[in-house]
Amino acid sequence: MTLGGALNQLVQLLLVAVAAPLLVGWVNACRAWLQNKSAPSPLQPYRVLRKLLHKDVALAENATWLFRFAPYIIFGCMWLVAGIVPVLATDLPFAAAADVIALVGIFAVARVFISLAAMDIGTAFGTLGARREMLIGALAEPALLIIFFNFALISQSTSLTTIVETLAYREFALYPSLAFAAVAFVIVLLAENARIPVDNPATHLELTMVHEALILEYSARHLALIEWASAIKLFAYCAIGIACFLPWGIAEAGDWGALPLAIVAAAVKLTVAGAGLALMETVSAKMRIFRVPEFVATAFMLAMLGLLLHYVFEV
Amino acid sequence: MPAAPVSPLEVTVGIVLFWLAIGLLGILRPKRPDAITRIVYPLGAIAGVALAVVGLVAIGLPWKGMVLPLGLPDLPFHLRLDALSAFFLLLLGATSAGISCYATGYFAGQQHGDPGLTCLQYHWFLAAMALVLIADDAYLFMVAWEAMALTSYFLVTTEHNDPEIRKAGFIYLLIAHIGAIAILLCFGVLHGGQGDYTFDAMRGAQLPGNWATIAFLLALVGFGAKAGIVPLHVWLPEAHPAAPSPVSALLSGVMLKTAIYGLFRVTYDLLPAVHWEWGLITLVVAVVTTLFGVLFALMQHDLKRLLAYHSVENIGIILIGFGLSLIYLGTGHPLLAVLGLIAALYHTLNHAVFKALLFLGAGAVLRESGLRDLGKMGGLMRVMPYTAFFFLVGALAISALPPLNGFVSEWLTFQAALLSPALQHGVLRSIIPLAAAALALAGALTAMCFVKVFGVAFLGVPRSVEAVGGREAGRWEQLGMAWLAALCVILGLCPVWMIGLMDPIALSLLDYSLAYTNASTHWLWLTPVSPDRASYSPVLFFIVIVAVVLAAFWLVRLLYHGRLRRTAPWDCGYPEQNARMQDTAEGFAQPIRQIFAPVYEIESHHPDPFDRLPRYVTKVRDHCWRWIYLPIAHAAAFCSRALGRIQTGRVAVYLMYSFATIIFLLAFVR
Repeated sequence: MTLGGALNQLVQLLLVAVAAPLLVGWVNACRAWLQNKSAPSPLQPYRVLRKLLHKDVALAENATWLFRFAPYIIFGCMWLVAGIVPVLATDLPFAAAADVIALVGIFAVARVFISLAAMDIGTAFGTLGARREMLIGALAEPALLIIFFNFALISQSTSLTTIVETLAYREFALYPSLAFAAVAFVIVLLAENARIPVDNPATHLELTMVHEALILEYSARHLALIEWASAIKLFAYCAIGIACFLPWGIAEAGDWGALPLAIVAAAVKLTVAGAGLALMETVSAKMRIFRVPEFVATAFMLAMLGLLLHYVFEV
Repeated sequence: MPAAPVSPLEVTVGIVLFWLAIGLLGILRPKRPDAITRIVYPLGAIAGVALAVVGLVAIGLPWKGMVLPLGLPDLPFHLRLDALSAFFLLLLGATSAGISCYATGYFAGQQHGDPGLTCLQYHWFLAAMALVLIADDAYLFMVAWEAMALTSYFLVTTEHNDPEIRKAGFIYLLIAHIGAIAILLCFGVLHGGQGDYTFDAMRGAQLPGNWATIAFLLALVGFGAKAGIVPLHVWLPEAHPAAPSPVSALLSGVMLKTAIYGLFRVTYDLLPAVHWEWGLITLVVAVVTTLFGVLFALMQHDLKRLLAYHSVENIGIILIGFGLSLIYLGTGHPLLAVLGLIAALYHTLNHAVFKALLFLGAGAVLRESGLRDLGKMGGLMRVMPYTAFFFLVGALAISALPPLNGFVSEWLTFQAALLSPALQHGVLRSIIPLAAAALALAGALTAMCFVKVFGVAFLGVPRSVEAVGGREAGRWEQLGMAWLAALCVILGLCPVWMIGLMDPIALSLLDYSLAYTNASTHWLWLTPVSPDRASYSPVLFFIVIVAVVLAAFWLVRLLYHGRLRRTAPWDCGYPEQNARMQDTAEGFAQPIRQIFAPVYEIESHHPDPFDRLPRYVTKVRDHCWRWIYLPIAHAAAFCSRALGRIQTGRVAVYLMYSFATIIFLLAFVR
């Protein structure tokens, strides 16, 4: 582990935690503009977090340690994910601890804990949210894994760093399999981050909500951690998409001169990605919950097709 | 190292004899069954630990053989302890130590059956399994195999007053014997018409034409029947719930693994050369078994039945690694074959540990609250916090979540599958990713299933009076579960060490090992192929997760406050709440039932709005019964009725039959 690597790792961890709510604020502001509403400031998520952290926790009488412990685990998992996805530079010492399969595993850990915590109190909405979350997750998680396998076959590695380095610095080539993977990835991103058309982050209408039903019993600092973790998750997903599909501009290990350019590139790409997400949410409508499995299964099948195409064309 | 006074093989034989002896103690003093239970089972557990140590030591030593002058006059028993046997002895010892410890408490107040008899069967079952693992001739192997089947049959039918349990035992015995016949035939083929029935002779035998393939298929069917591959899995969901919980843990955790052992022994060791077509067949069977197991597990509401279906799934996962290994071996990539083999072996060990743990947890729930139906549980975490914690560890491990052990073996299997571009055969290498996709899907569905189990059983509000009145399991039970939970964590955090341990097995079976790729890297990093290709460091991963969680906790507390007050649950402000508004196990899995409807045979009755007494009935059955087993059963019944006609009951007629038979034999067999 080099000093530069350690520094980069530390900077990235802090940067991601600090910048993630801004991305959420930006998406919300864009969506409001697109829908002709007066937009909240992009800094609004920070204010919400501050407010929640100051409040007293109102905890259900029968909550167990699992319920109180889960927000910290979820936050930790998401922070770890954000720490190993190359955003500015590929030189991340933690990244070797977990390859893409482990990355999917960390998402699964967070999902399992948030669902268990939702079932802890024993309310109707909690179990409803847990059931829907696990259903969507059960289809989205393998899809994400298969998307990563597309990259693993191209770069002959399941390490995210190697994947990004292969795609960013090797001579340019078009991979038809990645076109399928890209569409699948967008679907998984929408499903996993509770966005329209799978879930509506702005609703509390009981029949449609998934993510909000899960965290209905949480308040104050616990809720703040979960909301923050969701923001980091969205950030991490965008970063994964950028790193895999548009890796140009990410600085190579030890290349400090490229860093300013990398910062600008990352900021521009994230801004565009946020706006794109807002656009997608504006032009589509929320689906019925029973259409969602079809939607997410499409991602799984597309990713599988990409994998087969890889064998047909490239090996 | 100085030569040890006794060889590991002698110690193993000693432990087998010890288990046989303490089993006998159980029936010698039936006057005070409780005292017997409290002394004998801990002794058995100590022997288990000793066996694990023997396995650990012997795995790196060269193989050793022994001939016991027992058995038939011209057929002495041959024993052999090599790396593969040692590994499975380690599995048997380590797992059974935890289970025996648990059994001490569990059988102490046994209501059903005779405690002395249970003690005898339990320890003889253990001894029989150990004998299977060290047998070096077909004769001893079959004797031990049948002893294992019989002792476990009697254990399954401990509560034989219940007709359902007798029926479960019958199905178990039936399929065990179908399997045994196939294994016997397999040894017959391997024998090749010359030599004797020692495994040594079989190793040297030359099998003409397709006989090797026939032997492999017989082994796959025979051992598969014991392991529970689809469609021979039907006994698992019947027998596992019927048996007392420590026995279920032994059946699922250890006995299924003896079948895996047999399959590996025959395929890698006894058969001359591996064909890749075998791997393809295995892979297809494995994928079907995996998905079938998890999809049916999701539909169950009986906790032990659910766990039994998960055993089917995990056997499928083990066989995926095995199938990949055979494909690579058959196409001339021995190094990749090693990776597949190690993935399969690792998952074998992992499944033994976490499945035993889960069965013990289910047993604790059953014993303390009398519940096995998830629909009546709820909130058990508040009355049995330790059991809930251990069960949670097992549930996270089986869901393949990092950094626990289930994840490591699935990771290795994925890595093996992702190396498929090395193959030349186009169809073959595009089928392998399908297996990887099936494994990914199965992993995610398993996580869903265990969120269902843990959420419905241990979290939430109690759904019945029994769930309120439950209490924590006793000390012995907790100790047994803690041991297995600790193994889950250790196997998850130290994969590099474990794989180093498994290397001699690969070296002895395939003449290749991963050693040189691992030696060049650090103990912390699991890099089965090369560090560039893939790396995983569970220890670092674990440390970072813990550090990040603690940092978050500490920062929030430091910068803000820890104020907290208890209130009634919010639930969107609905005033009326009761326990029946929570999801049941069926409700939780209902979307899956809808999505994968063709897989199930569903019989459902929904009430209409005008029903006076509305009843909601949904039954999910296995297609195998209607399309495979019932036709066979009808055919068998028809044949026996037809043959029954010649049974007149008159002695003279029977004598005539004998006479005709003798004439027939004299005419044709000379």
